[in-house]
Amino acid sequence: MADDSRREFDTEGVKKRFMFVNRRAPYGSIYALEILEMVLISAAFEQHAAIVFIDDGVFQIKKGQDTEALGMKNFSPTYRVIEMEKHDADEDEDIDMVWRIIVERESMEARGLDADDLIVGVEVMAAQDLSALMAEQDVVLGG
Amino acid sequence: MKFGIVVNEGPFTHQASDSAYLFTKAALEKGHQVMRVFFYYDGVNNGNKLSSPQADDRNLVKLWGDLAAEHKVDLVICVAAALRRGIKDEILAEGFRISGLGQLIEASMAADRTLVFGD
Repeated sequence: MADDSRREFDTEGVKKRFMFVNRRAPYGSIYALEILEMVLISAAFEQHAAIVFIDDGVFQIKKGQDTEALGMKNFSPTYRVIEMEKHDADEDEDIDMVWRIIVERESMEARGLDADDLIVGVEVMAAQDLSALMAEQDVVLGG
Repeated sequence: MKFGIVVNEGPFTHQASDSAYLFTKAALEKGHQVMRVFFYYDGVNNGNKLSSPQADDRNLVKLWGDLAAEHKVDLVICVAAALRRGIKDEILAEGFRISGLGQLIEASMAADRTLVFGD
């Protein structure tokens, strides 16, 4: 493995707004799991983050997931770690980091879900408002 | 302009790697800076030196490696995604290195724009 040290950038004091866009169902492909890994790593960099669930991505945080018959790992409890990171960021005055967990209203309603069906506490946001928020981001990563 | 590039799909199945390569090459030739190209999801397959496309087709793995050699572009394969897919140092193509997801976040912090090529 090559030496990482010569590839470091000076990011001292950089604070950006990241948005992570989850738009696919949790187990049909690997995107949901790997974007979750991305979100968790980003916490160490203390950047602002909006974790967004749209389209079938809403199913990623639905309560009561059972993957036993699929032979896949049920990783939905890990979303609670995001909620904990958000909580820590909200409570700790020394951490200058705002995390938001957002579900697009239209996607949620089209799937017959409401916020009580979800494993984490979310902000429910209309597509139009989410679009405006997306436009304000510095970095938008998806999967 | 300082660009960060993210490639989310492997070579050939999707056009994402071609588009990312062509963009990166064009940006460098125009004098822009590419801080890092980060390969995630199936994108890690772009660094598999065992890839052997037919002779009359483009060889994306080699094209990326040539670009790295010519312009000193930092091509980083995500370690967690790579191990899942059997991409290890033993089969890592010239010009690539394996490192962590933090390299993606860091490059995005350092770049003016982060461009994602995926499906």
